[in-house]
Amino acid sequence: MANPLAFIGRKSISFVEQVGGVIFLLGRIFKSLPKLFGNFGLTVEQMSQMGVSSLPLVLLTSVFTGAVSSVQAAYQFQDFVPMRYLGTAVGKAVVIELGPVLTALVVAGRVGTSIAAELGTMKVTEQIDALETLAIDPVPFLVTPRFIAGLTMLPILTIMADFVAIMGGYTVALLFLDVSSHTFLSGLKMFFHFRDVIAGLFKAFIFGGIIATIGCYQGFQTRGGAKGVGQSTTRAVVISSVLILIGDYFIASLLF
Amino acid sequence: MIQIVDLHKKFGDNHVLRGVNLTFERCETTVIIGRSGCGKSVLVKHLIGLLKPNQGKIIVDGEDITNYRGAKLFRLRRKFGMLFQGSALLDSMTVGENVGLGLRHHTALGEEAIQERVKSRLALVGLSGLESLYPAELSGGMKKRVGLARAMALDPQYVIFDEPTTGLDPIMADVINELIIRLQKELCITSIAVTHDMVSATKIADRIAMLHEGRIIFDGTPEQIRQSKDPIVQQFIQGSASGPIKPV
Ligand SMILES: Nc1ncnc2c1ncn2[C@@H]1O[C@H](COP(=O)(O)OP(=O)(O)OP(=O)(O)O)[C@@H](O)[C@H]1O
Ligand SMILES: [Mg+2]
Repeated sequence: MANPLAFIGRKSISFVEQVGGVIFLLGRIFKSLPKLFGNFGLTVEQMSQMGVSSLPLVLLTSVFTGAVSSVQAAYQFQDFVPMRYLGTAVGKAVVIELGPVLTALVVAGRVGTSIAAELGTMKVTEQIDALETLAIDPVPFLVTPRFIAGLTMLPILTIMADFVAIMGGYTVALLFLDVSSHTFLSGLKMFFHFRDVIAGLFKAFIFGGIIATIGCYQGFQTRGGAKGVGQSTTRAVVISSVLILIGDYFIASLLF
Repeated sequence: MIQIVDLHKKFGDNHVLRGVNLTFERCETTVIIGRSGCGKSVLVKHLIGLLKPNQGKIIVDGEDITNYRGAKLFRLRRKFGMLFQGSALLDSMTVGENVGLGLRHHTALGEEAIQERVKSRLALVGLSGLESLYPAELSGGMKKRVGLARAMALDPQYVIFDEPTTGLDPIMADVINELIIRLQKELCITSIAVTHDMVSATKIADRIAMLHEGRIIFDGTPEQIRQSKDPIVQQFIQGSASGPIKPV
């Protein structure tokens, strides 16, 4: 830390290296896509694992997100905005923003970490070297199935999250906010654009790719023993969460 | 035949290999000995491109493989089987799936033929009937033997054994010694074994090479090594704490 310039220099070099490494890994993933059907069983296994392990947490988060967005919207509307727009506000917020982003953050914490831990352990115990020695490329064998699972499962989880979150908002509106079912639902339908749903799912698709790629990359980069695995796991969740939030901004400014 | 020419490998400031020259002849068993941490595992990992040297060349059957990557490297590796020091079994797969992994990926054998082959390889290492266990359910020595079975599943031309007998009881160790000898005599397999076990080394080796401070300081038959006048070699093979090598 003696020389701050040297410190910044080192950090920037390692940043560029990491970006390069991730891009290189993505290249290898795309190159292995034609071989996907050879590993189709592995892909299905990853998909079901990813879905099953994160579904309960995603649903729980969504119910309360929907509920709180209903409460907050009602509070801000108070006497200025009629309550028939409550459904609109909850629907838009959930479908465009909250559904995809919160689902992605939950999955990053639940699945991104377990990918990094699993591949990291394989790396430090030489299991990945063993695959290489058997002339089996670890990318199509380990990474691509997880990548495809991320791309497909995140949108599916997001659809469920959207639905449950809106139900959460609706229930709260009915029970605690004195808004009738008809008012809420007609508000929900009023400005409902299918385009918004597609945009939300597109985000989820990209986020799924981010979570799987970063998890795998960090796993492969693991050095040392158990401590290294722990570090990779933490890094996987931090980096993918940051990328999800940054990516969210850029996708939003492109699409809307 | 494999030739290692002036191989150098550094990890940061740690200059592990400092100009290794060594040749492995066809159908011979070469044993590499040397102190713990001297770079034996690092050396053998270069032969299959798991590590890349900072300097020097590896030539396998006349091909310079030093800079092989991707498809070429995978093609080269089909000639090799390797037993890792820590066994390196895939812990998400059963013993049977581990041994059959290469067969499933690289051959057009049907499921039955694969099972048959897996069974025969496990029998070879004295582990019949354990196909459905997971690596976590095995002892260290059993894992090692599954690793051996996996290394030999694809009938490789070259087999690298990184400490094949460490962690085995003396009787099982001798079974493995006999197995390595048989592979060489009957199938003309070129074996490269890393070991600390001098009993095993003298039994299986056609040639013994000693790695010390990043170089090969001795290379000859078991008979020659016994008669070597080099005090370092003598200290090592007699396992003595006093001599030119300082234990710490
Ligand atoms: N991937 C790596 N990164 C950094 N250093 C390494 C790596 N692999 C090995 N080393 C270093 O290289 C040296 C030689 O290690 P190696 O595993 O080859 O020893 P060895 O001769 O096989 O010892 P042993 O008989 O105990 O297995 C050690 O100092 C080790 O710290
Ligand atoms: Mg070793």
